[in-house]
Amino acid sequence: MSVSEQEQLAYIAAQAADARVNLELETEDGMTLNMGPQHPATHGTLRLVAKLDGEQVVAAEPIMGYMHRGYEKLTEVRTYPQVTTLINRIDWLGSFANEVPFILAAEQLMEVEAPPRAQWIRTILFEMSRIANISLYIGDMAVQIGATTPIFFAFRDREHILNQIERVTGGRFHPNFDRIGGLKDDLPAGWIEETKAVIKKMQTFCDQMDDLVAGNEIFQARTRGIGVIPAEVALSYGLSGANLRGSGVDWDLRRDQPCGLVYDQCDWKVWTHPDGDSYSRFWVRLQETREACNIVDQLLDNIPSGPIMAKVPRIIKVPAGEAYVATENPLGEMGYYVVSKGDLTPFRVKIRSASFSNMSICPWVLKGVFVPDIIAILGSLYFILGDIDR
Amino acid sequence: MNVLADLAYWQETIIKVLIGLAAVLLPAGTIVYLYLFKMMSFMQSRLGPMEAGPFGSMQPLAEVGKWIQKEDIFPTKADKRVFAAAPFVVLMSTFLLVIILPGGPDATFVDLNVGIYFGLAVSSVSVIGILMAGWSSANKYSLLGGIRAAGQLIAYELPMILAVVGVVIQAGTMNMQGIVFAQAEGEIFGWGGIGNPYIITQFLGFVIFMIAIQAELTQPPFDMPIAESELISGYLTEYSGIRFLLFFIGEFATSGVFSAIAATLFLGGWYVPGIDPHNDIFNVIGPLILFGKMMLVAFFIYWFRFTYPRFREDQLQRLAWKVLIPLSLVNIVATGVLKVVL
Amino acid sequence: MTEVPEHLLKKAAEARAKREAAAGSSAPTDAPEAKAKDEPEEVVVEPDTKAEEALEVLKEALGDAILASHIEPHRGLWIRVGAQDWRAAASAARDALDCKFFDFLSAIDWLPSPYGRELEAEQDLNEAKEPEEMSWGYTGGETRFQMLARVYSLSHHIGVMIKADLPDDEPRIDSLIPVYAGANWHEREAIEMFGIAVNDHPDVRNIYLPGGFEGHPMRKDYPLLARRMKPWPGIVDVELMPGDES
Repeated sequence: MSVSEQEQLAYIAAQAADARVNLELETEDGMTLNMGPQHPATHGTLRLVAKLDGEQVVAAEPIMGYMHRGYEKLTEVRTYPQVTTLINRIDWLGSFANEVPFILAAEQLMEVEAPPRAQWIRTILFEMSRIANISLYIGDMAVQIGATTPIFFAFRDREHILNQIERVTGGRFHPNFDRIGGLKDDLPAGWIEETKAVIKKMQTFCDQMDDLVAGNEIFQARTRGIGVIPAEVALSYGLSGANLRGSGVDWDLRRDQPCGLVYDQCDWKVWTHPDGDSYSRFWVRLQETREACNIVDQLLDNIPSGPIMAKVPRIIKVPAGEAYVATENPLGEMGYYVVSKGDLTPFRVKIRSASFSNMSICPWVLKGVFVPDIIAILGSLYFILGDIDR
Repeated sequence: MNVLADLAYWQETIIKVLIGLAAVLLPAGTIVYLYLFKMMSFMQSRLGPMEAGPFGSMQPLAEVGKWIQKEDIFPTKADKRVFAAAPFVVLMSTFLLVIILPGGPDATFVDLNVGIYFGLAVSSVSVIGILMAGWSSANKYSLLGGIRAAGQLIAYELPMILAVVGVVIQAGTMNMQGIVFAQAEGEIFGWGGIGNPYIITQFLGFVIFMIAIQAELTQPPFDMPIAESELISGYLTEYSGIRFLLFFIGEFATSGVFSAIAATLFLGGWYVPGIDPHNDIFNVIGPLILFGKMMLVAFFIYWFRFTYPRFREDQLQRLAWKVLIPLSLVNIVATGVLKVVL
Repeated sequence: MTEVPEHLLKKAAEARAKREAAAGSSAPTDAPEAKAKDEPEEVVVEPDTKAEEALEVLKEALGDAILASHIEPHRGLWIRVGAQDWRAAASAARDALDCKFFDFLSAIDWLPSPYGRELEAEQDLNEAKEPEEMSWGYTGGETRFQMLARVYSLSHHIGVMIKADLPDDEPRIDSLIPVYAGANWHEREAIEMFGIAVNDHPDVRNIYLPGGFEGHPMRKDYPLLARRMKPWPGIVDVELMPGDES
């Protein structure tokens, strides 16, 4: 190995520098409250520096990077099939959904199309990872507001979904199941009936949560009118997904930009809420979980037969070109801007992750709120650290 | 107490201290195991502790053992003496509170003639302990939690006291024993079949009292001083080991004692209908009856705790000052008018 | 900030000169038509009228500022502007085309990696590879760094990919924050990852990297140190396709 000592030292220095903090914390006026990186409301390692006047926030600044893994750089030295393993780890609660837009972008450049059966199963798994992801959000939002019980219900019922995902893909969290041109495997025997039963359970779960959380007066008092984001502001900050629909923008990539997934084959509805507050974001997500159950239920009925893999070469070289494909992931719009130079590896991959844009509104929306509202707003904006830091 | 009357003062005191310890710790242990561990688990579709002892019943002891072993950490910048003393102040208020409880016609620690007044007074001492803990921890979260706790506990003292005033007017005494006898021998509009448990005539007072003790105990939905998802346990943040254990015992013992006070004030205390309240048998079964009623009241406290999300600080204050206090004043006026008229 | 290797800059300049000579009189503005014809088209793709209309609107608003444009039918619309027109292009997209939704902003370093693909780690490290020529993607390019932003119009259902060439000697660009407030964090990321200077950015702090970090990791000439430490096995794990077992 031709590793110079200098390079080694640089590497060690880079690793050590991760532990350092790059911000002045002392302020002249008011109190600085440092939430995180180890704070229960920050789902991991987000850090929020809030300048307080009493309990009121004067300014809040999220600080990321505690989990930055440099995926954009790493994709440049991996072949296309190897990239899916990496990007599984972006939004780790709905991993399958991460793979899909990248695979679709690569397929778009290669001008191959997955066979209908693969598209169908992709859509089903995509929606199931949405259910797994958002059901946890619903429980988590309640626990942020202070109710301890719903999170356990969420964990309990999410397990059914994860079991079904595991039976198909072999992985509970990181399926790594998508391939350019189709899927790795077909569905196991009896899976469709079991999934139908699971979807029934999830629908019951949604009804329960509607009752236990959304219908609770204290929950409504804590979230209604808190963290209001008008549609214009939401758009200019690039908010997407339920955060955008919670602000009353009728916009869903599943309906408005369908590419490679079969949402047009079933009957479903895009839910919006005009208020733009924390409650509306929660409510939209709850309805979306229902709708996702509905979509899966319909799609399970008429999966077409046929191959699950299109003809693709053994060693995948993607023709030169650029493509941007985004899908409506559980957290919002997730897209990959893939630049290919006809090589085994992508030349550049820009990962447009939903949480990064969703969280960029934080300094704007957290100004002037109270400390308990920080939690209600952060909880309702819903971020996954891996999705911010990539 | 007949048995104790023959003993020397020091012997009597030792026995009373031991009984007092048992009266604080046993309900606390039972509540922790039965409600915090088991009932919460069942409500959340879990099993709860299952390994230590039959159905995990030795788990509280295991927890105590764990905490005793842990290092007692003092933050560098903490005000060490205040930090160390705070849990004892909180626990002291619990022990002072328990002595007003009567367990039978003769089974009392001290038969104070202003019993409930004394009880409400010493219950406020815990505020000082919590403020001490919050201030001395040298932690912003603890400070926020301590100040929130002070605001909350002082605000909810008022509806609690005002709710008790209705009972005092109706019973005509502040003596806890007298209140029990008044319920045992009372009549509801001339019908004395079950005595007059004040939960019926003072139902509004009972509801206000329950809400107020929920807030006094900083249990959800009023747990902003602790609020683990925003303040990371507030004033408890920096405590570890045995001092945390003391706070923990204080919290659950106080919930037991407050439940027992509620049971005494509104559910007839150690009395059950059908037996003459002056019967000596109550000196034996009275504590058990009181324990049973206490667990019943505690059940509601913990049921709410596991179900509801948390209020915000301003909503909590609004509830206290704009809803509970006016309601309890109305209750006092109505009780007074009825007392004079009837 | 790491220096761009001298020989690469020279190569890039040579390539640019050669390309300009080859293009001759046809200015890069005519690129879309030329490109569309060059494309190998097995299936007849309907012309993307929506994208063409949008391009017309943008051309009207921006005039000569659009150096090149490209339409991939039903996949997207790319335009390229000079660094000085970056903010104007974004506000034109927002005002003329109603692109209110700010999608993302980033940059591309078109320099071919001097370290190869780092797949066959041993060879890459031991042999000094002859660097490839710099080449650009859609809408071409002139300089090593290009800014890239995507904005979307919810009313017209059309997304515009805006590229801007950054000067080689000092990559510097205007901030988009006055146009799209959400550009703030994206620009911070581009600043630290590519070493691009952004005019009137209110908050130039590292967003991901620690404060004392040296270098700009997303530049192609920044080595991936993990690969230096531990060689990558390369493409040994080609997995069999289903039905491919025989």
